[in-house]
Amino acid sequence: MTDATVQVVYSRPKALTDTPTTYCPGCTHGVAHRLIAEVLDEMGIVGKTIGVAPVGCSVFAYNFFECDFVEAAHGRAPAMATGIKRVLPDRIVFTYQGDGDLASIGMAEIMHASARGENITVIFINNAIYGMTGGQMAPTTLPGQKTTSSPLGRDVEQAGFPVRMAEVLATMEGTGYSVRRSLHDPKNVRLAKKAIRTAFEVQKRGLGFSIVELLSTCPTNWGMTPVEALKWVEEHMLPVFPLGDYKVSPAVAEIKI
Amino acid sequence: MARELLEGNMAMAEAAIRAGVQAYFGYPITPQTELLEWMAKRMPELGRAFVQAESEVAAINMVYGAACTGVRVMSSSSSPGVSLMMEGLSYIAGTELPVVLIDVVRGGPGLGNIAPSQGDYNQIVHGGGHGDYHPIVLAPASVQEAVDLVVLAFDLAEKYRSIVVVLADGNIGQMMEPVELPEMQPVERPIPDWAVRGCEGRGRRVLSSIYIKPEEEEVTNLRLLQRWQTVQDNEIRYREYFMDDAEIVVLGYGTAGRIAFSAVRQARAEGIPVGLFRPVSLSPYPYAQVKAIAQRAKAMLVVEMNTGQMLDDVLRAVEGKVPVEFYGRLGGVVPYPDEILDEIRRIARGPISIGVDPRQAWMKRLSQLIMN
Repeated sequence: MTDATVQVVYSRPKALTDTPTTYCPGCTHGVAHRLIAEVLDEMGIVGKTIGVAPVGCSVFAYNFFECDFVEAAHGRAPAMATGIKRVLPDRIVFTYQGDGDLASIGMAEIMHASARGENITVIFINNAIYGMTGGQMAPTTLPGQKTTSSPLGRDVEQAGFPVRMAEVLATMEGTGYSVRRSLHDPKNVRLAKKAIRTAFEVQKRGLGFSIVELLSTCPTNWGMTPVEALKWVEEHMLPVFPLGDYKVSPAVAEIKI
Repeated sequence: MARELLEGNMAMAEAAIRAGVQAYFGYPITPQTELLEWMAKRMPELGRAFVQAESEVAAINMVYGAACTGVRVMSSSSSPGVSLMMEGLSYIAGTELPVVLIDVVRGGPGLGNIAPSQGDYNQIVHGGGHGDYHPIVLAPASVQEAVDLVVLAFDLAEKYRSIVVVLADGNIGQMMEPVELPEMQPVERPIPDWAVRGCEGRGRRVLSSIYIKPEEEEVTNLRLLQRWQTVQDNEIRYREYFMDDAEIVVLGYGTAGRIAFSAVRQARAEGIPVGLFRPVSLSPYPYAQVKAIAQRAKAMLVVEMNTGQMLDDVLRAVEGKVPVEFYGRLGGVVPYPDEILDEIRRIARGPISIGVDPRQAWMKRLSQLIMN
């Protein structure tokens, strides 16, 4: 065999640091990270991008990306991103937030970032549970879903209903792009990447607030194997959180990738 | 430069603009709102960032983000709003970022009222957000001093990578006085080498208040403390009036200090050997200076618009060496100079009580005054 036959078919994106993951085996955070990194590489924007990490499992997101990063207080990433973007409007600013961070404690910040048409990109990881604190009920926990703080299953009479953020944010005039994708199989991972690329393109073109909600797994706190968890997304999350494009503004629809 | 007649809130806003503030984030709250309104008009016309946030929580976190970029940033609010900002302030302290906050204090606790108060002394000077840190706190007693301290606040914030709070009150914010505004400074300033602005041409940077290993957080806490000692060594500020031969020394900051000045002048006219010591930096507090006063004065009178929050700091410095009396008005009530003058006269007449808790003694006097 000669060197000429050696072909690299898979490698770490340049925008990812050479750091061992701190996520649990089978967790889809790693997939989401990789997709973002690939998009940053393809767009050639690592050097002008600033990420805003949340509080939750992805609190250490800043360890994994080669771009500048800041670490926000719980739920405040959109406010922090606003502060950065308003001073540096020509930079690319994105937040990476989980469901507790974005849809519970940070509901005001995400809604108003959208209302202002804040020209930032939000990657929203929805795994229907609080991961970092050990599996409590999230604003996106499904009706009947058992968590450590809904041990008998989420009782909608008492604990209310899951929040559908991609749909909610689509109602805001300041939103240019709001979609939901899933990371439960290769086809959907590819679609997710395209959506992430679109969201960053929206920001690059100054077309307003952009968000990609990604249905994700939490095998550890769901008490499942990684494969079971992927199946659970498909069977249980998709009916509650339908995939789709909830807002694509006319200007965004013209973007060709 | 010509002097202009300006309301305190507007004057502080314009001072910040001239000090080169590049981004302002705030939320309306009385008695500070004119500051936000001034910024709403001026910042965009100068091409600088202004956002009316959805809450004080969001405002301070926008400040947090903007401060990460290494430019001059600020917010302003009043007591209940500042309570909401405590989360962000703690993160800013933990990330060692320069930020200026103007707190136009009003009566509390709770919703309280919109009258001038000094009830937030402990919250700002000794308390604040969670964790081990100290903000620099400066207290103006006039609109001109407020303007000067706002400019100083930005310099100190940058010098020490610290939060600097200009602790005003409803009086300072709302009253109009002639002021000389500073020269407009260039908004383009050197960007510090820790700023996060995109890593093009250099290694990536991360700004965070996380030190997940306790040993690293301990090193960070120690670094903050060491920096704070440098602040203590260099940034003590105070004003003295009629202090050379003063046997009775009145201590008060901000509006209370200014009203006390009127009383002290009148008392001097009556021949009472009284002086005024007005701390300007409440944090770092001029403990050594107060201690030195205690060595030579015969009596001290602390005047505040609260229940004696600074009094505790004075007692700590005095160490029982001289009798200390207290006079305070509460909940947004501003004392008249005559009330303080009566206190000075009472102390001058003697006998000076020793071994009596000054707060207890004052409570009795105040109860009588209020009930009548």
